[in-house]
Amino acid sequence: MKLFQKKKQTDLPAFWKDYSNQFINKLPVNINENEFVIFDTETTGFSFDKDRILSIGAVKLINKNILVKKSFEVYISQTHYDSNSAEIHGILKKGNKECITEIEALEQFLTYIKNHVLVGHHVLFDIAMVNEALKRNGLPKLKNKTLDTGLLYKRTLLTTAVLQKKEQYSLDDLAEKFNISKKDRHTALGDAYITVIAFLAILDKLKPKSLVDLIKKQKPPKFGL
Amino acid sequence: MKNTISERVADFLKNFPPFNNLEENQLQKLSYEVSIIYKENNSIIFTENETPHEHFYVVHKGAIALAKKETTSVLDICDEGDIFGLRPLMAKENYKLEAKAHEETILYAIPIKEFKPIALENKQVGDFLIESFASNTRNPYSLKHSGKLYGISNNVDTSPESKLLDLQPVRYSTNLVTCAENTKIKVVANTMTINNVGCILVIKENLPVGIITDKDIRNKIFTGLVPITGTAKEVMTSPVITYPKELTITQAQMAMMKSNISHLCLTEDGTPETPAVGILSKQDVMVAIGNNPAVLMRAIKICASTKRLRSIRHGVMNLLRGYLDENIPIRLISKIISELNDATIKQVIKIVIKNMDAEPPVRFAWLTMGSQGRSEQLLNTDQDNAILFEDVPKKKQKETTDYFLKLGAIITKELNTIGYEYCPAEMMASNPLWCHSLSEWKEVTTHWISNPGPDEVLLSSIFFDYNVTYGDKKLASELSKHIFESVEKHPLFLTHLASGALQNPSPSGFFRDFLVEQDGAHKDFFDLKLRALMPLIDAARVLILSHSVKSINNTAERYEKLAELEPQNKEFYLACSYASKALLKFRTIQGLLHNDSGRFIALEKLNKEEKIKLKRTFKTIKEVQDLLQIRFQIKNILG
Repeated sequence: MKLFQKKKQTDLPAFWKDYSNQFINKLPVNINENEFVIFDTETTGFSFDKDRILSIGAVKLINKNILVKKSFEVYISQTHYDSNSAEIHGILKKGNKECITEIEALEQFLTYIKNHVLVGHHVLFDIAMVNEALKRNGLPKLKNKTLDTGLLYKRTLLTTAVLQKKEQYSLDDLAEKFNISKKDRHTALGDAYITVIAFLAILDKLKPKSLVDLIKKQKPPKFGL
Repeated sequence: MKNTISERVADFLKNFPPFNNLEENQLQKLSYEVSIIYKENNSIIFTENETPHEHFYVVHKGAIALAKKETTSVLDICDEGDIFGLRPLMAKENYKLEAKAHEETILYAIPIKEFKPIALENKQVGDFLIESFASNTRNPYSLKHSGKLYGISNNVDTSPESKLLDLQPVRYSTNLVTCAENTKIKVVANTMTINNVGCILVIKENLPVGIITDKDIRNKIFTGLVPITGTAKEVMTSPVITYPKELTITQAQMAMMKSNISHLCLTEDGTPETPAVGILSKQDVMVAIGNNPAVLMRAIKICASTKRLRSIRHGVMNLLRGYLDENIPIRLISKIISELNDATIKQVIKIVIKNMDAEPPVRFAWLTMGSQGRSEQLLNTDQDNAILFEDVPKKKQKETTDYFLKLGAIITKELNTIGYEYCPAEMMASNPLWCHSLSEWKEVTTHWISNPGPDEVLLSSIFFDYNVTYGDKKLASELSKHIFESVEKHPLFLTHLASGALQNPSPSGFFRDFLVEQDGAHKDFFDLKLRALMPLIDAARVLILSHSVKSINNTAERYEKLAELEPQNKEFYLACSYASKALLKFRTIQGLLHNDSGRFIALEKLNKEEKIKLKRTFKTIKEVQDLLQIRFQIKNILG
């Protein structure tokens, strides 16, 4: 298996190797020393094989600090196109945004995220969409650690029978709870911004001791004495 | 260069000076360079004598307190849109004050490197800065001065206790109520009544020519001097005494005393030759001084926006601090502060209802539960509330419930705006579980009382301390009556409630030492609420319910009532009453000191006397728990 991968590595483009090499470095233990990439994708729909990514938006969080100019926003030119979901996202196939190809977007995204932890609301969906896009372009899957604000938010809620928890909390729920303006909702970068503010508020509530501790907190707490 | 976030930043900044004077492209460019910073409550942005950062700050959300280091009294609070920490950057000197997050805050940090060229290039921006530094006001252009520009001021060496009244600009009403000279007196009086003001400005060609106050109407019309059919011109006091808008509190007081008037007209340049920009009343001055509950109460009652209520609440907190400093009995303090809290919530509800599309379809009551319901909420803590509405025919049930749920959602959101955190357990009127009609509530409470499992006991112990803050008291007393009847039918409920009251962890260990939290965010802190206050509160509730005493919610008062009802235990109950008052005071002082809910106490920060005081209450807690054990025969159900 390992041999097989090594063999394949040589065929991979240089940007993938650069990305892959980032993972030689270990992530800092301390939360505040970590860079987090909070991202969101807008897609044509929810099917992994049929649907495509329309745009990716991301911000970097370093020591509770977001640098506006360091944010990431790309629009991808489309071949597959579904008029239903374009209505939600307001991105038209030939909108006035400058579009780039899928592979260009992936290259830029990988260069941006490096080995940082990826944070998103229901992040596994976005990861899966990006992985599908990588696969289409003959590339392996993302290697980054992930954090889901949906799961983490649930951990901030009380563990009492009195509170009936929802199965899932939407980004709108979080925006309301933390009083975040829903302006730019349903643009990738706009949603990424709402997510990062929610993420910060969640960190404040959970007060994790370390990065590992934070990642662990996504799982439901163990009950017992 | 721009992106979705920089546009969002620009969109916010353009509402506030000096950014409103920037050219579109300047603003876009500046916004692109901004960092967005999250600050948790009580975290420090910069401290006294720190070398200046590369950024100055604009508050996007939350509040920043500026203070001299190591003092508890806050000199100024920067709210949404306020700039701070700019002057040290311009003057290249160290910070003079400490800036600390007063609540969870989001800041926009603007790099001085990018801002300075703009300030030099754009004359209006430059003027703004010069004027704000010179006048020492944070925002000389604003119609509503909200305080001094402490963050960038250098003459703060005067004692902060004086509150610097002589320097503080006053906040005045910009909502001008005016009429013309030929307006009929009846119309004038009506306008004043509708707008709830004591004075109206008479305007001619945009300039103030006269003023009519309540006193004018009394002195000139009721005495028969001017007929009721007369016009504004005949009753007005003229000429108007005008002042420039940059008035400090002291100047305003002096002006009113000098001319023996209760309202000042503020104009563009201070002469009657320029348009009026605001009216300043004695009331405004009193609010600014803020040391009088009656004044604050009136300010709350005439307040038309929740945003303004938020700043009045800062005044309430100042009042509370003053009371505690002067060692006024906690019972009196909690009465006054609870009244003010109550009035605030009432006002929020009033404002929300006014803005709803439709009037409430039926009678309803807004119930506050938990500490607010017991009049024990001195600090801003979580909101616990519920809605109880009149029964409606079945076909209207859904529509009515929907209306009240929506009302509940808006009210809880507005309460959150003025500083009441959302209840982490969602015990709020916006939750369908806490918004019911009378018969539904009867069903729910009957279920709790007849099936007292741990959850039901917990829910009842929270709900049964309800108090009507707004709306129909009769509905609530019907519900109370029902609850008492049900309790009588199910005597076992009290036993369960009592055992629930004993579930709270003990405050002290075997060697009478404090028991602290073992892990979690508050490791090694003492949980004052859970380990000391709750056992007393829970016990009082059970005991008072067992005596079927209605309408006493306050824990200390409940114990006093118990002392009356059981003369043989009088001294013991009075000790309980004393302990609950002492603990509440303790919590409030700790909360004010650390700007939090006061729930978790760092023991090493307490002095010996405070520790002894705390421990003394533990003995009482232990005794009241023993009493519950015996009286309600808890062992039988636990064993």
